[in-house]
Amino acid sequence: MVSIKNIKFGYRKHVTVLDEFSLDFSQSGIYGLLGKNGTGKSTLLYLMMGLLRPQKGEVTIDGISATLRRPEVLREMFLVPEEYDLPPISLSSYVKAIKPFYPRFSDELLGKCLANFDMEPNVNLGALSMGQKKKVYMSIALAANTRYLLMDEPTNGLDILSKSQFRKVVIEGMSEDKTIIISTHQVHDVELLLDHVCIIERNKVLLNEPLVEKDEPINLEELFIKTVENK
Amino acid sequence: MEFKNNKPIFLQIAEHICDGILQGTYTEGERLPSVREYAAEVEVNANTIVRSYEWLSQKGIIFNKRGMGYFASQGAKETVRESLREAFFQETLPEFVGQMQKLGITVEEVEQAINTQS
Repeated sequence: MVSIKNIKFGYRKHVTVLDEFSLDFSQSGIYGLLGKNGTGKSTLLYLMMGLLRPQKGEVTIDGISATLRRPEVLREMFLVPEEYDLPPISLSSYVKAIKPFYPRFSDELLGKCLANFDMEPNVNLGALSMGQKKKVYMSIALAANTRYLLMDEPTNGLDILSKSQFRKVVIEGMSEDKTIIISTHQVHDVELLLDHVCIIERNKVLLNEPLVEKDEPINLEELFIKTVENK
Repeated sequence: MEFKNNKPIFLQIAEHICDGILQGTYTEGERLPSVREYAAEVEVNANTIVRSYEWLSQKGIIFNKRGMGYFASQGAKETVRESLREAFFQETLPEFVGQMQKLGITVEEVEQAINTQS
């Protein structure tokens, strides 16, 4: 369980992004983390990874503070940021280098994900386009088989076919003990994947609940707009 | 797979599988794709597929063999055909007749149109 308790955070002295903010991701499954631009979605992901530290309050992963960046916590966490650079080395060298940190890393799953993305398994990471980089890194992220996987706007920069491949990759890489948190504003790209939806707005969690369809398919865009307008 | 927005996704998927059984994509006694495989194929959450498979099991169209997955039942095709025929008379036809009345189309006109089609 990821537990965020009463945190305060800001990048500059007098500008707080989050204040007295609390949120729990208490179950396994796929979470959609939605919020308007600038509500602190990415910041939350970085705080969970321990890459940023709250000025007040605490973020804990299975009871251990994220700020401590303890190995037993980090080997169960993987973040796919919105933008990143990869070193200009072969995929296999990269995997060889990071594998020791993730005890349940699965080469089989890596192969499957890359195949789903129509990517060659022997690429050089320096020679990839933006979209290809995303595909390779997301494949690595799922193959790392961590209990927590955080993805920041994963479908940004992917074409229509790649978005469909992305959904297949996530479904195949999902298992019952995993919690995948996807921050996005591209709700249509992920709405059929989600077990839970969590809508945040500055300092407030407007909604955090399981998605269960009743008489109609869930329309996430409608739910989002209604939730944000009725706050 | 394209989804409509007037019916739950799990039901649309169940009906899609029914179509598959009717058209022989899945023969009686044949194993259906695993929940995960099917979820990836149609790009929905695995729990949605679990719901679809449970719904089909309740109708006796498929059955679960513990640890082996879901299989199309003996007589599944007939069960599906029966329930689709029932749906035709209970849902499709009344809507059709309603349209006929609204537009003043007679049974004879429809009959003629069907005959020229086939």
